[in-house]
Amino acid sequence: MSVELDVFVVNTTIMDEEVYQLWLDGYTVNDAVKVRMEGGVLEGCEASAEVLHSDTMDQYRTFQMCERLLHSPVKLANQLLFQIPPHRQVMLIERYYAFDSVFVREVLGKKLSKGTKKDLDDVSAKTGVTLKSCRRQFDNFKRVFKVVEELKGPLVENIRQHFLLSDKLARDYAAIVFFANNRFETGKKKLHYLTFQDFAFCAGQLISNWTVGALGDYNMVEDMDVDLEKEFLQDLKELKILITDRDLLDQHKSLVCTALRGKTKAFNEMEANFKNLSRGLVNIAAKLTNTKEVRDFFIDLVEKFIEPCRSDKWTAGDMRLYLTHYTNSAHVLDTFKHQVVWDRYMGVIKSCILKMYHD
Amino acid sequence: MPGKLKAKIVAGRHLPVMDRASDLTDAFVEVKFGNTTFKTDVYPKSLNPQWNSEWFKFEVDDEDLQDEPLQITVLDHDTYSANDAIGKVYIDIDPLLSSEAATVISGWFPIYDTIHGIRGEINVLVKVDLFNDLNRFRQSSCGVKFFCTTSIPRCYRAALVHGFVEELVVNEDPEYQWIDRIRTPRASNEARQRLISLMSGELQRKIGLKVLEMGGNAVVGYLQCFDLEGESGLVVRAIGTACTLDKLIPGSEIKETLPSSSSPPPFSPSKLCSRQSSSSDTDLSLTPKMGKTPPPSSPFLTLCLLLSSPPTLDLTEFPFFTLTCFPPGFLVHIGGVVSARSVKLLDRIHNPDEPETRDAWWEEIRQEIKSHAKALGCHAVVGYSESTTICEEVCILSASGTAAMLNPRFMREGLCVYSRFDDASPPSCGFCHIPYDEFNMPFPAQLTYCYHCRRQKVPDVLFTTIDLPAEAAVTGKGCLIQARLCRTKKKAQGEVNATAISNLLPFMEYELHTQLMNKLKLRCMNALFGLRIQISVGENMLLGLASATGVYLSALPAPGGIQIAGKTPSDLSYDQHISTMQKRINDTIAMNKELYNIHPPECIEEVVGSPIPDRQRSRLFRSTSESSDELSELDLSHGKKDAFVLEIDDTDAVEDIQSLLTDAPMPAGFYSCNTEVMPGIYNWTSGLQMFTSVRVYRLNNANLTNQGLNKIFTDLCENLLKSLYFKLRSMIPCCLCHLNFTVAVPEEELIQVRRHTPKNTSPILFIFPINILVSIRELEFGENEEQLQFSMELSSSSERCSPLPEVRSRSLRSTRSLPCGAPVTVVKMTPLSFLPRTRIVKYLGIINMFFIRETTSLREEGGVSGFLHSFIAEVFAMVRAHVAALGGNAVVSYSMKECVFMENPNKNQAQCLINVSGDAVIFVRESDQEAIPPLITCGQTSTTGADGTT
Repeated sequence: MSVELDVFVVNTTIMDEEVYQLWLDGYTVNDAVKVRMEGGVLEGCEASAEVLHSDTMDQYRTFQMCERLLHSPVKLANQLLFQIPPHRQVMLIERYYAFDSVFVREVLGKKLSKGTKKDLDDVSAKTGVTLKSCRRQFDNFKRVFKVVEELKGPLVENIRQHFLLSDKLARDYAAIVFFANNRFETGKKKLHYLTFQDFAFCAGQLISNWTVGALGDYNMVEDMDVDLEKEFLQDLKELKILITDRDLLDQHKSLVCTALRGKTKAFNEMEANFKNLSRGLVNIAAKLTNTKEVRDFFIDLVEKFIEPCRSDKWTAGDMRLYLTHYTNSAHVLDTFKHQVVWDRYMGVIKSCILKMYHD
Repeated sequence: MPGKLKAKIVAGRHLPVMDRASDLTDAFVEVKFGNTTFKTDVYPKSLNPQWNSEWFKFEVDDEDLQDEPLQITVLDHDTYSANDAIGKVYIDIDPLLSSEAATVISGWFPIYDTIHGIRGEINVLVKVDLFNDLNRFRQSSCGVKFFCTTSIPRCYRAALVHGFVEELVVNEDPEYQWIDRIRTPRASNEARQRLISLMSGELQRKIGLKVLEMGGNAVVGYLQCFDLEGESGLVVRAIGTACTLDKLIPGSEIKETLPSSSSPPPFSPSKLCSRQSSSSDTDLSLTPKMGKTPPPSSPFLTLCLLLSSPPTLDLTEFPFFTLTCFPPGFLVHIGGVVSARSVKLLDRIHNPDEPETRDAWWEEIRQEIKSHAKALGCHAVVGYSESTTICEEVCILSASGTAAMLNPRFMREGLCVYSRFDDASPPSCGFCHIPYDEFNMPFPAQLTYCYHCRRQKVPDVLFTTIDLPAEAAVTGKGCLIQARLCRTKKKAQGEVNATAISNLLPFMEYELHTQLMNKLKLRCMNALFGLRIQISVGENMLLGLASATGVYLSALPAPGGIQIAGKTPSDLSYDQHISTMQKRINDTIAMNKELYNIHPPECIEEVVGSPIPDRQRSRLFRSTSESSDELSELDLSHGKKDAFVLEIDDTDAVEDIQSLLTDAPMPAGFYSCNTEVMPGIYNWTSGLQMFTSVRVYRLNNANLTNQGLNKIFTDLCENLLKSLYFKLRSMIPCCLCHLNFTVAVPEEELIQVRRHTPKNTSPILFIFPINILVSIRELEFGENEEQLQFSMELSSSSERCSPLPEVRSRSLRSTRSLPCGAPVTVVKMTPLSFLPRTRIVKYLGIINMFFIRETTSLREEGGVSGFLHSFIAEVFAMVRAHVAALGGNAVVSYSMKECVFMENPNKNQAQCLINVSGDAVIFVRESDQEAIPPLITCGQTSTTGADGTT
């Protein structure tokens, strides 16, 4: 005797959050049954593994049918096929679009193309995230990317409206889209210590300060939040004067040193390294017009600034102090005319470096 | 030209991509009613077209309005080739024809295609302008209200109950017409859907006509069924109870929805209407068949009945009521279950306009039922229902009901014949008192004085097909009791097969009855309500499934225990075996008493004194009732077969004991019953959840014995229940109400298809479609803190499962953040006739829908389970959409009448037919302070603190 067909349909869709997570994590039905058994779900119920299997199958089928709707979450709210209470819908969407930070770290900054998708089995092997789950997450990234690519208006808001995600998750997706669009290098060994949240924070800074949308004018072009503002990048070249003009460089150095003296243990190293560090930061700024160099933005920050400071054993406090005075002192330089660009540049650099300066 | 139907196509959304090149669709809509068709403009290149069409107007007869559905077809415009159909929506406009129901149909409907399922949605507006038609000879019956609910609908008052109405229409099944060979499956499915829609419209209209002639204005307990007889045709039949209903004025205190027993409504005899009714009966359906059945009586006969006092039961009209729940005081006495079955050979329906054969068959059965009722000293049958099971050309017709005496005040005069209505008998036990003559009993039964009033005689057990009367006094809680039975049968054809089946039937009924009785005793209960016995025929087996809700009626004597006796008492080990069995049974009884909280106050001494009094001893086997090869009948209702003593020598008895003891107990926190309300539980929450479960099993071994099959069948049912308990564990404490099992042994075609699979030589399938409502019971706050916390957890869980108020407020809130229009209305579905803790303010009309779904890519759709799962979900969605479009927020008395599933995995194909029905309503929530729904409150007469345990 065997079960040929076994379905259970409810008017108001019942979903077990635990099973949903197992499904999202790419467990097969049999594996999910095993996990649930070990989790002790049968305790206290007079049920057999058979019952558990049938229940898991039912739920998996429901999720599979819902998946199509989850691809455009707005539809989930006004579709008629499943009667799902709104708070459940929110849960379904939020969990479906959630991702593993180990996974996202692997594909961050990569082109969301078929080629990358083909390599997902390597990513799966490396991260321990099942291939099925990797594919879902990758497809989510790609789907969000494709939708917002063609939309005007602020990136985070677009994502939140079209995918009904929470603010936090929408910001994370904005970061992913931003990284994928600008193809920032994040995979180098030197960057391995950085978490997704570090990058997401930096992306947020870049989006809100360096893009066209940052100016608050949303009627102009598409992609305003996704691309860095060309004019601003051109202007950054002007900052080179800070390192090419010897007087200006010395003046800047003395101003910073005066301010820092006695306030930190690392003062000597700061004084000794000032010119190198300053050159590093300003060179990064000057190179950003070149798309290729943009990709190396983070690796440059680490190599040119963070690593030297780390080897000199600056504390996070030292870093904050240094960057504050380094930024502010430039205002006092009377021959330096690019205050606005400088602030726009340094504001982001400062917060990025502070976020990235950890072990 | 008595009516103008107007339709407007507003918009579409989520349409499928029909043009691969552009990933878009050029959609337009055809609106068809009768033979008139209108078209909208093509809305190019959009998946969310905004047609905003003009009002399409159809000027039609109201006869057509009742019969025809409005047919809306969405198509994709193609310049070079034929336009592709996206899908269809059929809208039944019947609800718009009654002034008290809906006034407009407006909303989003799923666009349904029989091959692809739901493909987007369409927003439609429909209105009807009716002109008064004073033509006396009209064929339409607009305005007659239909209710699936088997009680007087909540916002109405029964002014008069007229009685039984029935009708059937037959036609050829399009699936079996020659044209089916050349048309596409889609065309064939659509033809079938349309035909059935037309036939049910026609049926409803004809029944409505009968009601009007009887002077009524509504049909309550409307039960419509399809018999897919295959080659021989398609039968749509319906029964119901004609009533005159008065609408209760909203605003006045409606808590007491039913007329209170103190002031019964003014029931006036409906003079000449009855004459017309009987004549209409003969005119419309029981057309000439002289010689076969008793000749149709002339109108004068009924008239005589009304005038002269010694009336007989030979009324042409059947004193049957499809109601299962009655106003207080309506039921005077209950005799017991009456049922009749008849095995027929199907024959092609030659002339659809004269369905006399089928009519004659039912007529025969109804006569049978009537005479059974008469034998029980009753003049009426309540809780009446009819069903069929078909296997190839053999068809079993069944009818069952509960013989009863009704209160003359509630009835038309001609009916209250043997009224011995005793005003003195209290309502809580009166219905238990025997209606028949004590010294001239139709069968041997044990009578005792009523344990409640001590004045009248009561039987020792009572079986009924109705719901537990609200005023009945019960002890403890009730529970679901099932008897399951399988019998093998030789493969045969035609008449031989029919004879074999009819020979088996009485034995099956007898055994099911014995099982029920034993299980009832084992649970220490003495009455069954909502008894439903289903017998299904397969090619080489018969299946019997009886479900009922057991209860301990305080008025009836306590049931004795079950004693096992051995025939050969010489063997010592054998005796030991018997005594261990006996002990197990006694333990189970004691446990069940605890579980169901049954502590009968007095009368214990009687049981303790001699657990099995001599007078109750009876051998298990006895001769079965007579049975002819065509008609078999049994009265099993009345405690004559109280199998208190099981003789273990009997192999059947061993089997019985096995099945008795293998019934798994319900997990803590669960209750189940197949009636509307759970006896002994009064504190319901408003949270409810309706579900349908379908299972198909395949038997691997064709050469199974009866015992083997029985065991398998029992295990299947038990497993299904266990599975339900597991799935619903988060809702504890909860009660599965209206558990409704259906079994089927699908036909040969299927099995033949399966024969290609090498592993299984001759498999058999079972199907179990069930509709169940789960309602959550809220625990009363306990005294100590621990319990308090416990119940607080529970109430939060019930909120999770039943978030109606939350849903609504939340959905309103979320609309603001959502960019996309209004959210979907939440529509509750329930097989109950009410929603706990809510008040139904308006009935919007009957929902009666029939769908076919077919696939030629079964594997791609997730196999049979995936296919059926999505189909059932789609059916739910379409029901909800129709209710919402009528302006409703719930379907009550919902049931899935038919679920026929066929597959051919080798061709990667499957087909499924589903018929659902129910009443669309608007309900409002009672404020939470009014804790208990009115109907249930009045039932708490003698039970004190029966609830609140666990």
